[in-house]
Amino acid sequence: MIETTTNWFEACRVEDAVQNGGVCVKCGEEQIALFYFTRRNEWYATQNLCPHRRQMALSRGMIGSVGEDPKIACPFHKKTFSLSTGECLSGDECAIQTYPVKVEDGLVYIGLQN
Amino acid sequence: MNHETVIVIGNGMVGHKFCEKLTSKSDNFNIIVFGEEPRRAYDRVHLSEYFNGKSAEDLSLSHENWYNEQNITLHLGDPVKEIDRESKTIHSNKGLILNYDYLVLATGSSAFVPDIPGVDKEGVFVYRTIEDLELIKNYALNAKTGSVLGGGLLGLEAAKALIDLNLAETNVIEFAPRLMPRQIDSAGSQMLQTKLATLGLSIYTNKGTSSIEGENRIESLKFNDGSELKTDILVISAGIRPRDELAKLCGIEVGTRGGVLVNESMQTSDPSVFAIGECALFNHNIYGLIAPGYEMAEVVAANLCEGNKTFNGFDMSTKLKLIGVDVASFGDPFTTEPDSRSILFEDTHKGIYKRINISNDGKYLLGGILIGEAEAYNMLLQTVNNKIALPPNPEDLILGSRGGSSQTENAGLAGLPDDALICSCEGVSKGTICNSVSAEGCESVDAIKKCTKAGTGCGGCIPMVKDLMLHTMKENGKYVRNVVCEHFQLSRQELYDLIKIHNLKNYEQVLDNVGKGDGCEICKPLVSSLLASIWNDMILKRGNDTAQDSNDRFLANIQKGGTYSVVPRIPGGEIKPEKLVIIGEVAEKYGLYTKITGGQRIDMFGAHLSDLPLIWEELIAAGFESGHAYGKALRTVKSCVGSTWCRFGLHDSVSYAIRIEERYRGLRAPHKLKSAVSGCIRECAEAQSKDFGIIATEKGWNLYVCGNGGSKPQHALLLASDVDSDTCIKYIDRFLMFYIRTADPLTRTAPWLNKMEGGIEYLRNVVVNDSLGMAEQWEIEMQNIVNSYQCEWKTAIEDPEIRKRFNHFVNAPEEKDPSVKFDEMRGQKKAANWTTA
Repeated sequence: MIETTTNWFEACRVEDAVQNGGVCVKCGEEQIALFYFTRRNEWYATQNLCPHRRQMALSRGMIGSVGEDPKIACPFHKKTFSLSTGECLSGDECAIQTYPVKVEDGLVYIGLQN
Repeated sequence: MNHETVIVIGNGMVGHKFCEKLTSKSDNFNIIVFGEEPRRAYDRVHLSEYFNGKSAEDLSLSHENWYNEQNITLHLGDPVKEIDRESKTIHSNKGLILNYDYLVLATGSSAFVPDIPGVDKEGVFVYRTIEDLELIKNYALNAKTGSVLGGGLLGLEAAKALIDLNLAETNVIEFAPRLMPRQIDSAGSQMLQTKLATLGLSIYTNKGTSSIEGENRIESLKFNDGSELKTDILVISAGIRPRDELAKLCGIEVGTRGGVLVNESMQTSDPSVFAIGECALFNHNIYGLIAPGYEMAEVVAANLCEGNKTFNGFDMSTKLKLIGVDVASFGDPFTTEPDSRSILFEDTHKGIYKRINISNDGKYLLGGILIGEAEAYNMLLQTVNNKIALPPNPEDLILGSRGGSSQTENAGLAGLPDDALICSCEGVSKGTICNSVSAEGCESVDAIKKCTKAGTGCGGCIPMVKDLMLHTMKENGKYVRNVVCEHFQLSRQELYDLIKIHNLKNYEQVLDNVGKGDGCEICKPLVSSLLASIWNDMILKRGNDTAQDSNDRFLANIQKGGTYSVVPRIPGGEIKPEKLVIIGEVAEKYGLYTKITGGQRIDMFGAHLSDLPLIWEELIAAGFESGHAYGKALRTVKSCVGSTWCRFGLHDSVSYAIRIEERYRGLRAPHKLKSAVSGCIRECAEAQSKDFGIIATEKGWNLYVCGNGGSKPQHALLLASDVDSDTCIKYIDRFLMFYIRTADPLTRTAPWLNKMEGGIEYLRNVVVNDSLGMAEQWEIEMQNIVNSYQCEWKTAIEDPEIRKRFNHFVNAPEEKDPSVKFDEMRGQKKAANWTTA
């Protein structure tokens, strides 16, 4: 059996995050989009790259929901992705990577698999 | 489970479709694909769009990881050169030797090149692959005159490509007496020729080419009738030749005139080898269209998965736009007396030709041809294929019903049987589509596309899919309303009133009070626009910021690569030299690409997000303000120079344009607003193409409304004539408030007026005669908006909370996005192309 460990990367303070929107977190060479869904009191993290035209843009997109599922719309062409599964909700683009998020003592952490 | 190996030879459209079909049906195959070309399968049907600005990646049928994700091994640039049927192995050009259980030949076709003397000269090309197009493009740089040999479907596509390359002269030469001889009749061809001639194509029919002349490179064509035609480049599109050489080499049976023989299961003479697409010969036919190719792919995929499907020939009906002219041919387009009767309609004024062939007893439609207008194509094709009984006056099918009820279209849709094929690319029936609406709850075209794949091929059936969806929803007792989205079961106009009545001030309040769920990218910008129109608060106030559309959120236009463009307001297009200098200095300092816009302003591109506040600080210090180029708001009021300088000018159009632009600057509306003022009837400011345009007359101003450019240009209509400056502004106030209040989301003034019952007469009554009694209220509301104007950028740079948002990284605010890339062009920068794959 393979064990995976989660590394918790300190992203920012809660008050630095944008309410009901996203920010981009620099995580080594990677860019991760972090969303603070204040309405639902939920946090989500995904890759910042929109796979449709390969633009570093998801953190600047608009969040929302389809049914119960939370989603993000890319600002470029409004391709939407589920924030819970990463699945593309509009057409056949490939799915995006999602990451777990936790908040402790006013700090937001993103979980990276080693 | 032991996976069986399927090797696919050929990565064209049909080969790709086969992979899609097989992987969607089963995971039990090990699929290996060999492609001769260096790139993944692309859309050959729309090849000419490559000259129209589409990149190879845009034309690609899959995203770059698709094959990987499906566990398909893809060998590009490596054609198979030999098949050994004894040992069931293939040998690739690069030396790979692999075993197969099943082999699928999807080798397609090559261009048929007739044996004309001189055909090997420089400047003679075929039109088949992106590589061919590259060669043509490079050669055409030094060419003035281009010709296409072959006036069939593909030949006309090639001619379109030459026109797009800006050749001074383009000719089409066809051996047969008419264009598209397999699809349309002589009268149709005549109409098509006339239309194409007006678009700059010279067409020669009945011309056999005897030789291609020129020293080394082509200089002219000689014809059998002794005539000659000068040309610098020749594209041959005289038909296709199935690529059957591999099959021939390993002893699989091929037709005498080419093509791999297949049975109705697409099986060749070797039961473990299949052939699909343009290389397959079924029942003496090569099917050179995409839909039958896809159907063949479906047949093989289904049979490998133990289904039982057969190919039974295919309807060759087709509809396409050739160089902007609609052409359709369906059923049996050519049948004549005594087998049938034809109804013809010809309008040489508009360039429309229609022919339908009906059975002798007048009961059934057999086929037909449509040139110049082909909206009825889908319905007519369904009528043929489903043997639907014709109405008593079948001419209504092509002329529209005259004087009677206008419900024929929907009645026809309802009358279709469930197995009527709606999307022939993906083979989706009416029943499947209606079922996706009733049983799966699909209530948008996108949802239906996702659920059934209907409309994902050529897209021609989408209007029908939409009509079927609305029809089914109505049948199911669903009240079809024009609602915003799943979060607001209200129209835009209802929302407008509710926000006002309940005094709602931000998006969250609106959602809590009159909506449900968490909102989405459709309702958020819409509500934000309404809030801005009604209250005119700073759009980035907390609670409003993240509900703004992406450009409004950062007060700039996002461009390719993730940088932004900046447009300061230059009212009326008038600017002092020192301000021009400032723009130049700012652009230089921040490394921006500069371009004059269509609206007499200057656009600066390529600004990093974090540079935006710094750029605006400098611009504002120099007296500039936001130009609102990012908003669904008033953009610009264009002007001609007017009576101050022009010897024809009647009034000072620049001063009036500045007055109007400063009055309505920042006004949020359902869509962008453009305006212009011309100083005389010569109309240099093009005011009649604007949402509201003003033209000076001897006695005052004429006010025109509801014009627009864009994809469907429409001239503005005269609303009031010879009015003075203040009255004109009053009318504009009322007109704009009426529009902002009642238009559907993202509807510009022209389509708004088109939908208005009573049209311009009604609008004039409301605006000029105050028939609704709203004039005073609207003028007050507009004055409030004018009084509360603020430059959003000034507010933004002065507020540290808002400024903080203009950084790319939340945890490294000083760093810019390292993924931003620029290329160089004509001494300035440009955004790197979408994908580098």
